[in-house]
Amino acid sequence: MAYDYEKSIRPGKLPHIWCPGCGHGIVMKGLIRAMDTCGLEKNNTAIVSGIGCASRMPGYLDFNTLHTAHGRAAAFATGVKMAKPEMTVICCGGDGDGAAIGGNHFIHACRRNIDMTYVLLNNYIYGMTGGQFSSSTPPGHLASTTPYGNPDPAFDLAKLAIGAGATFVARTTAFHATQIDKLIVEGIKHKGMAVIEILDDCPTTYGRRNKFRSVVDMMKRLKDIAVPVTAAAKMTAEQLEGKTLTGVLHKEDRPEYCETYAKIIARVQGA
Amino acid sequence: MSAKAEIEIIDAYCKGCSICVEFCPTKVLEMDAFVVKVVNADACIACNQCELRCPDFAIKVHKL
Repeated sequence: MAYDYEKSIRPGKLPHIWCPGCGHGIVMKGLIRAMDTCGLEKNNTAIVSGIGCASRMPGYLDFNTLHTAHGRAAAFATGVKMAKPEMTVICCGGDGDGAAIGGNHFIHACRRNIDMTYVLLNNYIYGMTGGQFSSSTPPGHLASTTPYGNPDPAFDLAKLAIGAGATFVARTTAFHATQIDKLIVEGIKHKGMAVIEILDDCPTTYGRRNKFRSVVDMMKRLKDIAVPVTAAAKMTAEQLEGKTLTGVLHKEDRPEYCETYAKIIARVQGA
Repeated sequence: MSAKAEIEIIDAYCKGCSICVEFCPTKVLEMDAFVVKVVNADACIACNQCELRCPDFAIKVHKL
């Protein structure tokens, strides 16, 4: 039998609204398989998102879901986790939502090391709002608000998360479908802030402006730029030019925020 | 060679992105107007690549 995705999707919600070839569907499949592998129960799992194409995901998933204000997924998820620390909290959102408009909430959730999994879909653009450039649009690339080329350097979102203090940071692409669920499983099992950056394609607002002839071209690009961290250790700087590292980029143990907070409550009430 | 799996395509979900056609290693699938169809069912090796990469939940690979 084929894998039954529909048991985790709200009845009547398919087909979804994402454009033909948008990788968000591939990532959502990976997320469903990962949650299944971890044995998460629908009543004990919260999926939180902000606004944007990627943030439509909780609308389809049949779990406890929150579709919140633009960029505020991490803030709402922090509230859910603090109120119900026994719940598994998963955030999902795009680069524009999570790392540009919600960049502030994102870095502070990383700094606190609160136990949640942030699935960050990086499609290099604000897709839903009309193709404006985001903080991860590569320099020189075209967006609706940078018709002569983007003058800004791009964020490396995984490095941003590591720098801000996330204790599990991994990266993969929508092309590497089986790696998506493996990394999300590791992220869910990790105690602390786990950020999984997934490079994605947006054929409608990014691809057609930047001379990608088809969805398949965008997928091939994702395949070409990805280099596993283990393979990269044996490569020269020239060979790594234009490539992106994938796999688990960072992992450390640090006290988790809810536990630290519970200890403070116990100490003060006990005194 | 006999088929290792039966591929089910849900036409109502398929948006015709052709990712599955491109990445099928044995060229089982082909585009028919805007919907994918199975043209070479016997060549299927049940690798599941089309199902994994279908963003639209339109392909189900039933292993035989």
